[in-house]
Amino acid sequence: MADAKVIPFDDDRSRGSAAQRPPRRRSAGSRRNGTESPLVREVQPLPSRPPAQDDVPVTGEEEPPEEARDDSGPGGLERRVAGGLAFLRRRLTGDYEVDDFGYDEELTDQVLMSLLRPVYEKYFRVEVKGVENIPAKGGALIVANHSGTIPMDGLMMQVAVHDHHPDDRHLRLLAADLVFMLPVVNELARKLGHTLACAEDAERLLAKGELVGVMPEGFKGIGKPFSERYKLQRFGRGGFVSTALRQGAPIIPCSIVGAEEIYPMIGNAKTLARVLGFPYFPLTPTFPWLGPLGAIPLPTKWTIQFGEPIRTDGYPPEAADDPMLMFNLTDQVREQIQHTLYKLLVQRRSVFF
Amino acid sequence: MHWAVITAQQRPARLAVHGDSAEYEGGRKALILGKVVLVTGVARQLGGRYVRRIQRDPQVDRVIAVDAIPPEHHLGGADFIQADLRQPTIARVLAETAADTVVHLDVTATALGSGSRTSVKETNVIGTMQLLGACQKSPTVKRLVVKSSTNVYGSAPRDPAVFTETTSAKSLPSGGFAKDTVEVEGYVRGFARRRPDVAVCVLRFANILGPTAETPLASYFSLPALPTVLGYDPRLQFVHEDDVIEVLRIASHEPARGTLNSGTFNIAGDGVLLLSQCARRLGRPTVPLLLPAVTWAGSLVRTLGMTDFSPEQIRLLTHGRVVATTQMRETLGFQPKYTTAETFADFARSRGPGLLPPEAVAGAVDRIAALPFAGGHLPTQSAN
Repeated sequence: MADAKVIPFDDDRSRGSAAQRPPRRRSAGSRRNGTESPLVREVQPLPSRPPAQDDVPVTGEEEPPEEARDDSGPGGLERRVAGGLAFLRRRLTGDYEVDDFGYDEELTDQVLMSLLRPVYEKYFRVEVKGVENIPAKGGALIVANHSGTIPMDGLMMQVAVHDHHPDDRHLRLLAADLVFMLPVVNELARKLGHTLACAEDAERLLAKGELVGVMPEGFKGIGKPFSERYKLQRFGRGGFVSTALRQGAPIIPCSIVGAEEIYPMIGNAKTLARVLGFPYFPLTPTFPWLGPLGAIPLPTKWTIQFGEPIRTDGYPPEAADDPMLMFNLTDQVREQIQHTLYKLLVQRRSVFF
Repeated sequence: MHWAVITAQQRPARLAVHGDSAEYEGGRKALILGKVVLVTGVARQLGGRYVRRIQRDPQVDRVIAVDAIPPEHHLGGADFIQADLRQPTIARVLAETAADTVVHLDVTATALGSGSRTSVKETNVIGTMQLLGACQKSPTVKRLVVKSSTNVYGSAPRDPAVFTETTSAKSLPSGGFAKDTVEVEGYVRGFARRRPDVAVCVLRFANILGPTAETPLASYFSLPALPTVLGYDPRLQFVHEDDVIEVLRIASHEPARGTLNSGTFNIAGDGVLLLSQCARRLGRPTVPLLLPAVTWAGSLVRTLGMTDFSPEQIRLLTHGRVVATTQMRETLGFQPKYTTAETFADFARSRGPGLLPPEAVAGAVDRIAALPFAGGHLPTQSAN
């Protein structure tokens, strides 16, 4: 298991500049394989190759129809299979690393992101703006609005940062405790790099120089009725601001348009929610009336806009305990997100296109 | 038995717990010359190893090893005194030997041999109370080291991902060893308040593994197939027994320059392993079960007395637990030799291959890779 310890995960050297971005998105997986696995070490680095061959077949269920890609040639196919097998070998022998939070970078990059990407690209056709506002390195706190009954917006934001940021940054989302109580969901959330939304975890991640994503509206935002769409709810107690202040991390407001309409929540079965232990139980025009079919989200067109960073490093250390400053900063972040939301809504042609 | 021979040749008469005033002479002299270390829980492998190791330190003059039952392993040149910690005899032992350093290792999750949970709990809690009472009366005690466990933090979904020494558990352990450690630490804190002149060091060890470790987790990993909780992949942290001995040594001596060895410290190897990773590295298949089934099966085997698969053990294997070791590095000045992964590798080597040895799995994948494949089909196994 020695060779996996030297996986150059976050290195910038093998990674291209911003000009190479579109191919990287699909090639990240196999390029990593190319640099780390002994089976494919002798091959050329992938940036020089055409992008189409780079799709790594990671698991059986998403194995691409390889015969259809005749432009890759037999060499590319072999390399891809070798990369896939090296990946499989590492996974099956437990020869990979996770961080203290359980974030499995390899699995996220090669499997989970490629599962989310079709939803992101084809279903919601997410348009990303202002990704340059996310700093290239160091801790930063992305604060976004929350909506859509099911936290799809967080996942899409994670794909947006992963696929569009030129410095290959990974978004570490802060999730509600409910996420970590549900079986399977908690396992996937940890492997995707999410952790519990508490000051300790957020500070630890920011201190490590990670990019942290938080949705301070919480259940109030995600479970609000359809009639209140795009109206920001209260931003908790503003704990995210004091966390950012303590670490001197910039706050990047993020506005997500499109997530509100995926499940138009027209009712809330409160009794059922209480019985199941959920904060709300959504009733939409299709759910639960059409059964599982009603759980398919509406294919809305999304826009994710990252705003100008709000710097927090100019404040003295005791500022984190100043409630007035907390409220002001919280309001500033909230208003900036709300304004951007309105602007994006005006620009939007239709909900679905 | 080894201990009998050794004690007989060293100080034969003094060891009978009778309390002659003349016997104090040896203790006094030792105090001037060097340290007298009293160690509890020496009948266990860990205690035995520590006793053998601490005698080699030049500043240690004498080691007194205490346990309720005679150890099966030898204790080097240490003096063994058979005393049940739950009885007040420990106070006389402490007074007669004039120990200045007390290392309390008799805080354990499982009984040695055929003890019941009740007796383990009594030894942990009542034993600690008796020992602390004895320490409080003793004018010679200058340093107390207590072995605790990261169990004190519990494991719950509402907990932060990484515990620091100051994190308070969201849900206090309701019973079992975890509750014992919480209570033991409570008494130790009380003692530290009443005797501020005594340097008190509480070491919260993560799961101790190693070739000879006898912990519940070690016996869990020795099962041919590992029952796991469906839909949960806990993060685990291990500490190697060699590192345990070393950190206990650091804690029982005067602190080195620039470090402080009184207080509470988390002790764990670097890094984290997921349970699924452990199973794969160990080469043992996992049997995912629904959480209620695991709880039920756990209570069943407990009732049958087959193994102590306790509720806190199940919680650990559901939600996992990771602690921060910044204090250990920066304040205590201890760098573990083994990371979590290395500790586990050393443990896996000592246990022999499981049903699915990683080498065989890797070999199988390599053979597939070596096949002259037609159509480029990959094995359709799930990677996770």
